[in-house]
Amino acid sequence: MIQVRGLTKAFGPKKVLRGIDLDVGQGEFLTLVGPNGAGKTTLLRILATLSRATGGDALIGGVSVAEHPAQVRRSIGLVSHRTLLYDDLTAVENLQFYGRMYDVPNLNARIEEVLRQVNLYYRRHDAVRTYSRGMQQRLSIARAILHDPQVMLMDEPYTGLDVQATAMLRAVLQELAASGRTVIMTTHDLELGLEVADRVAILSGGRIGFQGPAKGMDVHEFRRIYAEQVAG
Amino acid sequence: MNFLRKVAAVAWKDLQAEWRTREVFSAMFVFALLILIIFNFALELRAENARVLVPGILWVAFTFAGMLGLNRSFIQEKDRGSLEGLLLCPVDRSAIYLGKMLANWALMALVAVFILPVSFVLFNLSFGALPMIVVVTALGTLGFAGVGTLFSAMAVNTRAREVMLPLLLFPVAVPLIISAVKLTAGIMDGLAGAELARWWQLLVGFDAIFFTLSFVTFDYAIEE
Repeated sequence: MIQVRGLTKAFGPKKVLRGIDLDVGQGEFLTLVGPNGAGKTTLLRILATLSRATGGDALIGGVSVAEHPAQVRRSIGLVSHRTLLYDDLTAVENLQFYGRMYDVPNLNARIEEVLRQVNLYYRRHDAVRTYSRGMQQRLSIARAILHDPQVMLMDEPYTGLDVQATAMLRAVLQELAASGRTVIMTTHDLELGLEVADRVAILSGGRIGFQGPAKGMDVHEFRRIYAEQVAG
Repeated sequence: MNFLRKVAAVAWKDLQAEWRTREVFSAMFVFALLILIIFNFALELRAENARVLVPGILWVAFTFAGMLGLNRSFIQEKDRGSLEGLLLCPVDRSAIYLGKMLANWALMALVAVFILPVSFVLFNLSFGALPMIVVVTALGTLGFAGVGTLFSAMAVNTRAREVMLPLLLFPVAVPLIISAVKLTAGIMDGLAGAELARWWQLLVGFDAIFFTLSFVTFDYAIEE
């Protein structure tokens, strides 16, 4: 579903990505971990067509993100630590806006469906600024899945969430994983990342240093590998 | 039709959000009103000098108040992180430009709707000239919002973004502002259409050229 080949990105003289090769299959959940500045967000931004690669290319569903960004945008949903929502609008108004932009058919029914999915239907007519951080993040997921994208890109979705909100978001992520969507999630939390993923990868120094199946991997072993990769 | 629906969605979203807070409109209106009042007292306007000075004062009020709105147009999106959501939408970026431009124009036009009658009363001007001045105001603010929306998108990615917009916009908008001031003055003086023809041509020409340029180049202006 996602093929990344020789992807590089430089900001002036600073090379952030130094030749990323990555394959993520249809319906696979990949967790990408790495220290600050490793290039996780940059990689997701390139896949989301928000930033251009310096070299190499990435294909999503066989479509190049560099050559056909508008076509790629239709098939992806992005959740980041920023909600991409309008605080002064209600949940329904936010979703109506994005639904119109994505030409979502039967929009009102779909809005009700996704709001129930993230357990926010009862607050649908409240302005987003009145929501807690956890509720905003759940609404952000509703926004990202509104147009039923095949690929979900999640950039540190747990940032700023308390324990309860993290547990609710984890449940939503598990539903996403079960829905057959292809998901790439970046996180600093190795345990959470390991728990929901099919496969984990470690990005360090602009390169993928390790990747392997998440199922059956012990978290202590994963921590050890992570520490080695980051140190090396 | 689909393109126009996207344009309408962006414009409606901006106006809906503004309606909730009225932050930008209030700031624009109060600023424009203060300009009128300050100039009224500073220049001690009387009937004989009002017609010479009022066109300039009006356009200072419209453009400076408009600058406040244009500055907030993309900065709000950037600061709350919704700009990325907007850019992620699978639409032609020119639809985003047009939608934002229409919302900016609507706010400038709304300020003008309140400011024009106030200025006519304040400066004791004849209301007979009002309909044609409304046309000039509509075209002038359209051109200003058109090029201003493009520069607002460019400035939002710079460090001194709020300072950058006026520095970029006013030099480019000089022909527009001059033609709008000359037309407003000419209409107040009761000049015939033929005598003002070249200013009409400049105003409409500016609108057409810069609207087309902004429409075509917006995709590059909004890039990271």
